[in-house]
Amino acid sequence: MTITDNLLFRVLYIDLNKFKYWVESKPELFEEYIGGTGVAIRLLTEECPKNADPLGPENVIVFAIGPLTVVYPLASKTVALFKSPLTGNLGESHAGGRSAMAIRMAGYGAIVIKGASEVPIILDIRRDKVEFHDASALWGMHSTYTVGRIVREKFGIPGFRTIMRIGRAGEKLIRYASVVTETYRHFGRLGLGAVLGSKKIKAIIITGKRNINIANPKEYRELYAEIYNAAVKSPVMKKYHDLGTPANVIPLNEIKALPTRNLTSSYFEGAETISGEYLAEHFLGRRVACAHCPVGCIHLAALREPYEDEPYFYKTKMISYDYELIYSLGSMLGISNSQGLLKLIDEIETEGLDAMSTGVVLAWATEAYHKGLISENETMGLKLTWGDYKTYIKAIKYLIRQPNEFYKTLALGSEAAAKKYGGLDFALSFGGNEMPGYHTGPAAHIGHLLGSRHSHLDMGGYSLDQKLLKTGEQLPPEEIAKRLLSEEEWRQILSSLVVCFFARGIYTPEITAKTLKTLGYNLTEEDLKEIGRKIHREKYKFKIREGFDPHKLRIPERIFETPTSHGKIDKKMFLEIVEHILKLINI
Amino acid sequence: MKKSKRLAVIDVDKCVGCLSCVFACTRRYSIPGLTKSAIEIKSAGGIERGFVVVVCRACPDPPCAKVCPTNALVKRQGGGVILNQNKCIGCGLCVDACPIGAVFWDDELNKPVICIHCGYCVDFCPHGVLALEEVEIT
Repeated sequence: MTITDNLLFRVLYIDLNKFKYWVESKPELFEEYIGGTGVAIRLLTEECPKNADPLGPENVIVFAIGPLTVVYPLASKTVALFKSPLTGNLGESHAGGRSAMAIRMAGYGAIVIKGASEVPIILDIRRDKVEFHDASALWGMHSTYTVGRIVREKFGIPGFRTIMRIGRAGEKLIRYASVVTETYRHFGRLGLGAVLGSKKIKAIIITGKRNINIANPKEYRELYAEIYNAAVKSPVMKKYHDLGTPANVIPLNEIKALPTRNLTSSYFEGAETISGEYLAEHFLGRRVACAHCPVGCIHLAALREPYEDEPYFYKTKMISYDYELIYSLGSMLGISNSQGLLKLIDEIETEGLDAMSTGVVLAWATEAYHKGLISENETMGLKLTWGDYKTYIKAIKYLIRQPNEFYKTLALGSEAAAKKYGGLDFALSFGGNEMPGYHTGPAAHIGHLLGSRHSHLDMGGYSLDQKLLKTGEQLPPEEIAKRLLSEEEWRQILSSLVVCFFARGIYTPEITAKTLKTLGYNLTEEDLKEIGRKIHREKYKFKIREGFDPHKLRIPERIFETPTSHGKIDKKMFLEIVEHILKLINI
Repeated sequence: MKKSKRLAVIDVDKCVGCLSCVFACTRRYSIPGLTKSAIEIKSAGGIERGFVVVVCRACPDPPCAKVCPTNALVKRQGGGVILNQNKCIGCGLCVDACPIGAVFWDDELNKPVICIHCGYCVDFCPHGVLALEEVEIT
């Protein structure tokens, strides 16, 4: 195999303990593991010592892109791997924006960040050098928007750069703090923001501009056009361009799969006013895209707000909304007021929190408050009530300030809070990670439980549940287990290339093998599946090394109490599927 | 009447910033990347404000040609300029002369990148921001 782009193999190491950096070329690593998540799990396993404190200098962050980045459309994502401060084991988060393009154009396949700085810094990464800038003046700044603007005005080449930054949530080490990139895109899940905060990295800017060598130019252009046309003509892509991911609100609510009020219900009577259709009609101000994605699924609401104390004084904010945010900060908190929902989303974006975890944590707190497990002594006077977005905004401000023991505990996640105050049965997290917005049936929750990052995106269980609902087909537990695991294994390939999961219908094994061939990879569809399996096992090994015990999983009872699209989940069958998957994984 | 073509930005407000046009421009040479691109998409001061398309607007009396010391840039019929690579000494005066920033730079060749108004990018603009317009040659 002769892979044509030598710069893909370059791994940039940055050691913040010494403010040193160096580059190592690792062609074998990229041949064997392709790129993205495959390469990153190897680098993380090598560099992160066993039992590392996720918020200590010994933790390691790996950013990785793949061979298709910049070369083909929809290969728009960067993978970040780290040890998660939320789950205590593997942290994996993906983001789009311009991050993937910038890393490839700067001439790196992966970036490894280790150690920790004592003073706040900005990392300025280019092809031939890394600069460390003092970020003391930005530390503690209220808004991630402002930080983005300042960095944008001072560093990098406009148009060809990525600007990643954390908010105060990351500085305060909230275990589910996010990293904002290019505004509106995020490494949202599993607390990468807190890991950056622990290393005192306020922002990372990456810039570059170069060409990539390919094996067969003519074939490349033709294949590119084929994929591009498939993308712009596909109905799935049209759906995501038109209404974006919020197109799913109404259909999921109709099949009773939209988690509502801390999953005490799977149907939200107020869904209409927080639906994709409603938000588009009343607020949609602009659609934007990640670099190299013709779809443009990012939807920005224009929210015009009057100042209450001064007549004719208005502000208009652009606020990015997506399905998961509508679920976690909308239905899960009983909020049907669209303006209130948008304000809550804006608060999350400003502070740099993961929207999903924050919403689910607040949902747990609301139920705990209603049940008397916590009182106004803990909430500092806040009467947490479903639908009351103003109080939730206040709660987020306390979460950032952490003025008492209760908010300090909330900052650790819903499971940690429930262990202290009670209510574990309705603390909706899996492996410590708060659940995503799919109560479609058993397959979805199995994915949350056993997926290597406890995300709905791991095994695609939400999709299998819905497919079975449509066809009425009944599958034995063993078959469900097989399908979920093989989907997760294939998704390791997609996130090693790295393509957006929305394009999974386009990047079939056949097309994927073809694209890789134009870059000098000589892999069959079977080879790819085998590599996917290997990457998945490597991740599981890392998880287990760091204390994840698949035989001691906590399953929140609530998921068995509230009917899904398929009715109540049969616990016995659920556990059977779990056993089958663990047997198949065989570690 | 003789006619020529020029690349036109029809509606910048429909731009989603996907950069498909920018990648298409370098791909004219069957190369993935950015260095041969004569078009650029920037945010208009943050993505919340939308995007700016920076590309040669085919001026009838182009300032880049006026400052070229070796006559490597000559006026193109229909507006804009044509670059003669062999005459170009890579001084970069053309870059400074273009008030809209539409003369780009190829670091590998150390020469400017000039839009030839071929319209290849138009085929890869998914939302109708760009078009190839007919212009009359006067």
